[in-house]
Amino acid sequence: MPVATARPPEAEEPAARRLYRSAEGRWLGGVARGLAGHLGLPVIWVRLVFLGLFMADGLGALLYAVFWIAVPLGVGGRSAEPKPVFETAPDGRRRLRKPDKGQLFALVALLIGAVVFVANIDLGGPANRYVWPVLLTGAGVVLVWRQADNARRAQWTGDGRRRGLLQLARGLAGVALVGMGLTVFVVVRGSAAQLGNVLTAALAVIAGVALLAGPWLVRMTQDLSEERLMRIRAQERAEVAAHVHDSVLHTLTLIQRNADDAGEVRRLARAQERELRNWLYRPEGTGKEEDEEPTMLADAVKRAAAEVEDKHGVPLEVVVVGDCPLDEKLTAQMQAAREAMVNAAKYGGEGGPVQVYAEVEGRTVFVSVRDRGPGFDPDAVPEDRMGVRESIVGRMQRNGGTARLRSVPGGGTEVELEMERADG
Amino acid sequence: MTEQTDAAEGTERRVRVVLVDDHRMFRAGVQAEIGRTEETGVEVVGEAADVDQAVTVITATRPEVVLLDVHLPGGGGVEVLRRCAGLAAAAERPVRFLALSVSDAAEDVIGVIRGGARGYVTKTITGADLVDSIFRVQEGDAVFSPRLAGFVLDAFASTDAPPVDEDLDRLTQREREVLRLIARGYAYKEIAKQLFISVKTVESHVSAVLRKLQLSNRHELTRWATARRLV
Repeated sequence: MPVATARPPEAEEPAARRLYRSAEGRWLGGVARGLAGHLGLPVIWVRLVFLGLFMADGLGALLYAVFWIAVPLGVGGRSAEPKPVFETAPDGRRRLRKPDKGQLFALVALLIGAVVFVANIDLGGPANRYVWPVLLTGAGVVLVWRQADNARRAQWTGDGRRRGLLQLARGLAGVALVGMGLTVFVVVRGSAAQLGNVLTAALAVIAGVALLAGPWLVRMTQDLSEERLMRIRAQERAEVAAHVHDSVLHTLTLIQRNADDAGEVRRLARAQERELRNWLYRPEGTGKEEDEEPTMLADAVKRAAAEVEDKHGVPLEVVVVGDCPLDEKLTAQMQAAREAMVNAAKYGGEGGPVQVYAEVEGRTVFVSVRDRGPGFDPDAVPEDRMGVRESIVGRMQRNGGTARLRSVPGGGTEVELEMERADG
Repeated sequence: MTEQTDAAEGTERRVRVVLVDDHRMFRAGVQAEIGRTEETGVEVVGEAADVDQAVTVITATRPEVVLLDVHLPGGGGVEVLRRCAGLAAAAERPVRFLALSVSDAAEDVIGVIRGGARGYVTKTITGADLVDSIFRVQEGDAVFSPRLAGFVLDAFASTDAPPVDEDLDRLTQREREVLRLIARGYAYKEIAKQLFISVKTVESHVSAVLRKLQLSNRHELTRWATARRLV
């Protein structure tokens, strides 16, 4: 099959086609890691080569810097796959991610290299008096560049927020290092007396550049933020459109299809109205907690009413005054209330909407469920009918509450449930 | 609430109504539902789709009742109420406002009531109940839906904790009871029977609540709304 043969190269391509610096498990710029991935070599080899080149009059460092500047940080291809610690690719290649042992070894090798390098330098020698400033400056540049990488990565992954302070500190440290290196450079080269002049000149140059480039930079940032705003707006609109499409349009289609079934149409319309209302008027705009169990009384009452409404196709008007967290006793009360709602919907739904009223006043929680149905005589209910007696009255009494039932034949039924909260 | 309709009076009663709503379909629907003057006694004398139109039409026709949508282009129902405050306060033939809204968000509802509307009903109301509410408003009574009663109870429940010099703003025990029964879905007649008072007394309690709501300390209501993240 052509598809089967085409697949392996396709899977390889993103990694092999382009050279990326690796964002995962890197030490500095991720150059060695990226190269290793690109060439299919163990990363430690690449690092050792760089180290060796570094010994050759710092060629390695120069090379590394060039790579760092020129090669983009990778997110796409294999370099961004963080999970497998040690893995072999289908064609036998070593994966980018290395075991810690290898990293340790590389670290030791680097340390040895550094020690050798330092030992090689004739610290007192006149030719080498620029070495320290250069090293300082280099370290600063590395810090700042790495910082820039991190900032870009944070944009992709969105994890930059909590480490913002640390990043700022690192950036500042980098700038300070560079400044120090340059200062030392000046001091070593000329005399310290010229430092003031040099600084003034440098400041003047910087100010000039800022004046020239400033407006342009400002405009660019403005354009950028404006574009971002537009994008956010477009996203919002897309979200609204998606929601309307998912819910409203589908419901309208269903209603068209069920136009003859008045009950079904009403049920669909009520459910959709409630859902849309939640979505529109909820402060947070999150309709996502649908799956979780409610923890607050008002939520619980509304949820129960919504479910009964959907199931029995009878509208329930819910009014809640006050709110409090649910405890064990209140949960029992909610179950009793739900039972009352089901009864009201089943037997009293013809007389109009069922009224559900819940109020938290001090330590007392009061719930009333009222329908305008035909009503019944509570004493005439046979002994074996357990609905009202056990699910409502019994449940309330077992949990230390009271339930009152008022029903007038022809005048509707009202169930009143009262419960003390467990905590203040 | 249909019990309120007095069959004996029937067609004698007449009320002139202006419809303010930015949805033409909805206006047409309401017109079809209540506009059959011979049957309902309601005569729709004008319609408006935004605030400016509404003010113009109301000033020109001087209806007895305005059915006012909460959300309107040009500032919303509250703005209409503000600009028609003079007409509403007129000693002779005052214009009364009944809020009719699809929104049951508390801040919308409390907003128009505080702005001077005499009542609030949601758009899911039946035609008969709406006609009944219109007549009640025309007679100077307040129309409280269960949901509105719930909002009012909520508003006053959290504001009457430290009442030092705010005694005027507080609800009496009786008013609270009446509101509670409204919130539970009772009609005025049923409330009267329940509390052993006359329907007139129930009406006066409700009107008192409405007045207190309109006069009540703005600061505290704002705090209430803020606490619920409504504003």
